[in-house]
Amino acid sequence: MSNAPVNNGRRRFLTAATSVVGGIGVVGVAVPFIGSWNPSARAKAAGAPVEVNVSKIEPGQLIRAEWRGKPVYVVRRSEEILSGLSTHDDQLKDPQSEVPQQPAYAMNAHRSIKPDLLVALGVCTHLGCAPTYRKGDFDQEVAGVKDGFYCPCHGSKFDMAGRVFQNVPAPTNLMVPEHSFPNEDTLLIGVSGGEA
Amino acid sequence: MSFKLMDWIEQRLPLMEAINKHVTQYPAPKNFNFWYVFGILASVVLVNQLLTGVWLTMNYEPSGEGAFASVEYIMRDVDYGWLLRYMHSTGASAFFVVIYMHMFRGMMYGSYQKPRELLWLFGMLIFLVLMAEAFMGYLLPWGNMSYWGAQVIISIFGAIPIIGDDLTLWIRGDYVISGATLNRFFALHVIALPLVLVVLVFLHILALHEVGSNNPDGTNIKKPKGSVAPEELSKFAFHEQYTKKYDIVDAIPFHPYYTVKDLVAIVIFLIIFCGVMFFAPEGGGYFIEAPNFEPANGLKTPEHIAPVWYFGPFYTILRIIPDKLLGAVGMFGAIIALFMLPWCDRGVVKSIRYRCTAHTVNLVQFAICFIILGVLGTLPASPLNNMIGVVASFGYFGFFVAIWIYSKNEKTKPVPDRVTGK
Repeated sequence: MSNAPVNNGRRRFLTAATSVVGGIGVVGVAVPFIGSWNPSARAKAAGAPVEVNVSKIEPGQLIRAEWRGKPVYVVRRSEEILSGLSTHDDQLKDPQSEVPQQPAYAMNAHRSIKPDLLVALGVCTHLGCAPTYRKGDFDQEVAGVKDGFYCPCHGSKFDMAGRVFQNVPAPTNLMVPEHSFPNEDTLLIGVSGGEA
Repeated sequence: MSFKLMDWIEQRLPLMEAINKHVTQYPAPKNFNFWYVFGILASVVLVNQLLTGVWLTMNYEPSGEGAFASVEYIMRDVDYGWLLRYMHSTGASAFFVVIYMHMFRGMMYGSYQKPRELLWLFGMLIFLVLMAEAFMGYLLPWGNMSYWGAQVIISIFGAIPIIGDDLTLWIRGDYVISGATLNRFFALHVIALPLVLVVLVFLHILALHEVGSNNPDGTNIKKPKGSVAPEELSKFAFHEQYTKKYDIVDAIPFHPYYTVKDLVAIVIFLIIFCGVMFFAPEGGGYFIEAPNFEPANGLKTPEHIAPVWYFGPFYTILRIIPDKLLGAVGMFGAIIALFMLPWCDRGVVKSIRYRCTAHTVNLVQFAICFIILGVLGTLPASPLNNMIGVVASFGYFGFFVAIWIYSKNEKTKPVPDRVTGK
């Protein structure tokens, strides 16, 4: 072995070339393994819009709809709740809804198309739990605010427009999904007006 | 005849050689105490988990539609199904009990210090894989706590800037936790991670036998060759791999001396284990949580969501930091800090017996904070709980900072040359 003719340059070149080609092969083989973890075609197809009849929701009542497997909260807010929305802006992280957690048409004081109907994903923006609707006793969490949403997982708090309070783990307001009203009584979740 | 067979094998595979090296002629310090039984207990639990796990897969159905019902089927209709499942679920909690004790032993006696850093790292990797195993296994019964626990933990990855949302989507394989998530967790839980775990345990033991076991005095039982008078040498025959380079003192062979001692520990452990398994298999709601007797419901989070007790400390750290990304960083940081322990501690004296008073205080406060964090993790979030959690988190991380500071010029007691006691 020690007497064997050695061409170090050639040996290095061949080692490097083999490694590079082998490395590309490994990357290529990894593609299907990693890719197969993406949502399947069936999972992607399951995201169809959902229709909800909103005519029977009483003021102050919350109903849950399911869209793409997630809970969507639909709340009819009373006059009292709506007028209370502006009273605690200084305690919110994003009172003007500047973070795009809603379609442009819901970027207003009440974060909705119709002022009284809040449509928001019931998915806490911290780690995805479903916040509890605390009707009337939310002032135990935030003094002076009667109604709101409280996440049981890590104590994040949201007001009746789904806006997040300060000093809680959730970083942003609740997501308002694309939605529209094909007629007075029907809410269509997942499609903006004009497209439907 | 049998000797001939043994010879025949030995010439083709050094079986007896390996047994001698690692079992019958492995020098273990003679002063092991109570704290040294948890390694073997962890192995016992590992075997229990592997065995019962294989048997559970024989009747479990990994699908969003069938999982919950198949667990009920195992519990009600399969002969001894309830026992196999409770052995597995109680085993999961028992695993963490013995592992936490095992780790604390290492911290008390400095078993992570030079030259055992790699041994400690392998152990920490085992701990990490074990947590992944436990987390994925907890999704499989497809109860409501399974579902929301997985939702919370997977969402933690969403805190990573830029790629976070795509990463969580990729992990779930769907827009929400679904049957797709369940199936891949099943595959990882029963095949991929157990394989990794077994390999890591093998490496952990190999690394241990290379550097040798530490002991409660933290002394070195391997003296330089020729430095020990013959009458002081250990009276037992050890494998030449150890005696060739060193003079071995204060040591006894692992088998039969420690195997017999460990047998006593195993019996006591199994008595306690069976007590829990037969009389309190749900562990008062801490081993199997109440909401998990309801099927997974993607629209309804349990009123009080809490991790299983062994994740409590890390969960509390996640929860008390009012920022999504920093919370996740804090939680993983708590584990990374443990990985870094061999380098945080700059001391040379290993055992708590001969280190400074500050070290004892520090270790005790660390243990107390760890327990407080664990208890808080199972309690609802409240302003008072969060405040206690913040203090305990400072205690947890403070341990690593403090040890780095005082270990530099530590005033230690003299370490004996030989182990104390008979």
